[in-house]
Amino acid sequence: MDMTALLLSRIQFAFTITFHIIFPSFTIGLAAWLTVIEAMSLATRRPVYRVIFEFWLKIFGVAFGMGVVSGIVMAFQFGTNWSVLSRMTGPIQGPLLMYETFWAFMLEASFFGVLIFGRSRVPPWFYLFSTAMVALGTTFSAFFIMVNNSWMQVPSGYVMENGAFVPNDWTKIIFNSVVWSRFPHMLLAAYLTGAFCVAATGAWYILRKVYHAESRIMLRMGLGLAAVLMPVQLLFGHLNGKYVNTYQPSKMAAIEGRWNDEKPGSEVLFGWPDVEHRRNLFAITLPPPFGSLIDSDSFTAAETGLNSIPPENWPPVVIPFFTFRIMVGCGLVMLGLAWVGSYLSYKHRLAYNRPLLWLTFFTFPLPFIAIITGWFTAEVGRQPWVVFGVLRTADAMTPFLTAQQATISLAIFCAVYAFIFLFGTYYIYRLIRIGPARDLFEIPHLAVPNRPMSLANEELVPEPTHADAGE
Amino acid sequence: MVMFWVSLLAISILLYVLLDGLDLGVGMLFGLASDETMRGAMLSAVAPIWDGNETWLVVTAVILWGAFPVVYATLLSAFYLPLIVMLLGLILRGVAFEFRYKTQRLRWIWDLSFAGGSVIATFIQGMTVGALVEGLSFTNGQYSGGAVGWLTPFAVLCGIGLCLGYALLGACWLAKKCDGEVRDVAHRRIAVLALGVLAFLVAVFAHALAEHLPILHRWIDRPYLFVFPAIGAVAATVLALSIQRHNDHWPFYMVALIFVSAFCTLALSFWPYMIPFVITIDEAASPQSSLAFMFWGCGLIVFPLMLLYTLISYFVFRGKVGERVGYGHH
Repeated sequence: MDMTALLLSRIQFAFTITFHIIFPSFTIGLAAWLTVIEAMSLATRRPVYRVIFEFWLKIFGVAFGMGVVSGIVMAFQFGTNWSVLSRMTGPIQGPLLMYETFWAFMLEASFFGVLIFGRSRVPPWFYLFSTAMVALGTTFSAFFIMVNNSWMQVPSGYVMENGAFVPNDWTKIIFNSVVWSRFPHMLLAAYLTGAFCVAATGAWYILRKVYHAESRIMLRMGLGLAAVLMPVQLLFGHLNGKYVNTYQPSKMAAIEGRWNDEKPGSEVLFGWPDVEHRRNLFAITLPPPFGSLIDSDSFTAAETGLNSIPPENWPPVVIPFFTFRIMVGCGLVMLGLAWVGSYLSYKHRLAYNRPLLWLTFFTFPLPFIAIITGWFTAEVGRQPWVVFGVLRTADAMTPFLTAQQATISLAIFCAVYAFIFLFGTYYIYRLIRIGPARDLFEIPHLAVPNRPMSLANEELVPEPTHADAGE
Repeated sequence: MVMFWVSLLAISILLYVLLDGLDLGVGMLFGLASDETMRGAMLSAVAPIWDGNETWLVVTAVILWGAFPVVYATLLSAFYLPLIVMLLGLILRGVAFEFRYKTQRLRWIWDLSFAGGSVIATFIQGMTVGALVEGLSFTNGQYSGGAVGWLTPFAVLCGIGLCLGYALLGACWLAKKCDGEVRDVAHRRIAVLALGVLAFLVAVFAHALAEHLPILHRWIDRPYLFVFPAIGAVAATVLALSIQRHNDHWPFYMVALIFVSAFCTLALSFWPYMIPFVITIDEAASPQSSLAFMFWGCGLIVFPLMLLYTLISYFVFRGKVGERVGYGHH
């Protein structure tokens, strides 16, 4: 076992999946938002909704395309770097990934085709239906990925035979309480990401004094949606804490920076976990029973500390400790912004409040940061296990993988991803900057469902024809 | 149930080779195109289909993982570096396709990525098959060939051979879909590439004879295997005739038929092994509970729908694409 290769493999997986998750978390939310906009367009017949729909459909196309290409790598990485894992868990993780691929392909590809070819060729209700089916497809994808990952967090419904995980109860694998708190948590995170990106775009247009009607709808709907969803999201976040506390005490103890068993537990708000001396430096701590209240909804519950868990089963404490706090911090800022913004919007004062508009504009990275740090908490917190409590990450790696191979692969991954990511992000930025087209949306003649990016097909000209009018 | 998933796997691989083969081939020929008009026409000949073609690679990967996890784990880890380079080649190629129209100044970077990514991906696919035919080293069912165990002269030869093969398929596709200069150039290339592929096949056969590859014994044991090379030979004859007559459509179907017969020949000479002479289909298969779960939820209805969907997208895209209507200009 090459420890350097192990570390490099973990970094490579973290790098590629972090890169990947940015796009689905954006497009899942955007697909749902497009469905809402199309429904409003049908209900009100106001042309402004059509303009907004066509505009965000283009952005969706590019982001979706980036998500697909970065996702292809994920389907192979289990086998390349984690061949022991993929051999042992193949009978469970393989079928789940197959459901994800097949169903997503069927729903997204075929109904996306209607969105591109369609408007003039299908009745309006069917166009709306197709939008909803694309949204459902992205939701299905998210669901099966969450089932897959939840099984790695809390494995169930299997027996071990000949060194492999053999499924004996699929209902247990799919319909368990862990999935049903984690899946809504991820789905809401994606919806919030979409909402904040839409709101930030609206705020940007208002600040630039362009797209008067569209910008106000984007800002109001984005913040309004976030104001409603954010508290629900906090509730599901709390429910997620319950499963962690029940099934993964080592992760919980690391998140809380809790070293000793406590009954009832205290709550470390901030600090720096000093792993070597098993203590927290510069800690600001709420006294008991706040820890038990937060982790177990109880005034008296006993909470496990890291000292009662063998150190070889500890996760790297510092990472989940901080990523969790960054995630919660982002969530609270988003909650405050959504509530204040929606209140001002209700009072018709938001469009004149430039500081808040700037703040809304600059907060668009927050939901992405929250999703990435949340996943870091879940995945790094699960260490040293890859299948919690059963299979260690170190034992799951391809045994003959050398540090040299892993270094080369990681280096080319970084180079290629940086290259395409920079250009892709720049391209989405340009599309958003140019803004919605006022003229009737024209379908590029060779755009096809299999090529989502083909929707946004106009060439980027140095001087946009109908943007920046107010600058 | 195992046979069901073997069939689906075979269909997916074959579809991938044929469909992505043609657009990888076009990608390689794209690198040789002299001007923007020709490049534009070549791209429009594959624009609506290439992404869907690559889906079959992902489908192949998930069928392998779900239904034959041992093979998935063994092959992907044994071909670690080439596989990752191939994936990145495909990714680079995929985004280049979209991004080249978004920039004027940097278009050459994306064009280079498109052609380069196509060559890299094709070469590695051919090399992988070559290494499998020659046999990887295994100890107790574990790959033990080291980081570059796949790198042999024969594997490199197969890599070059597949480049010629895909380029031939691509040229036939261009003859079928395009008009004017692109079509004429494609016709000239078909003849050259067909001779190249023929020379490659002769070299492979000579090598197999000289090295006494294990695959040869199976041929002597199973004479009925010669049915498929015979079909290939007939297809090659028809191909030669159609090249002489400058037919636009027959070459593509004949080359496709040659690929099918080559695929069947290989698959049946390995049978029942999935990794030649080390792991059999039955040893590799997932437990019944996994196969059945996939059968009801994916294989029975969704897979046929995916086939139907592929068929429809090719049907919608039938006929010639105009030369002047470069993709991206409307």
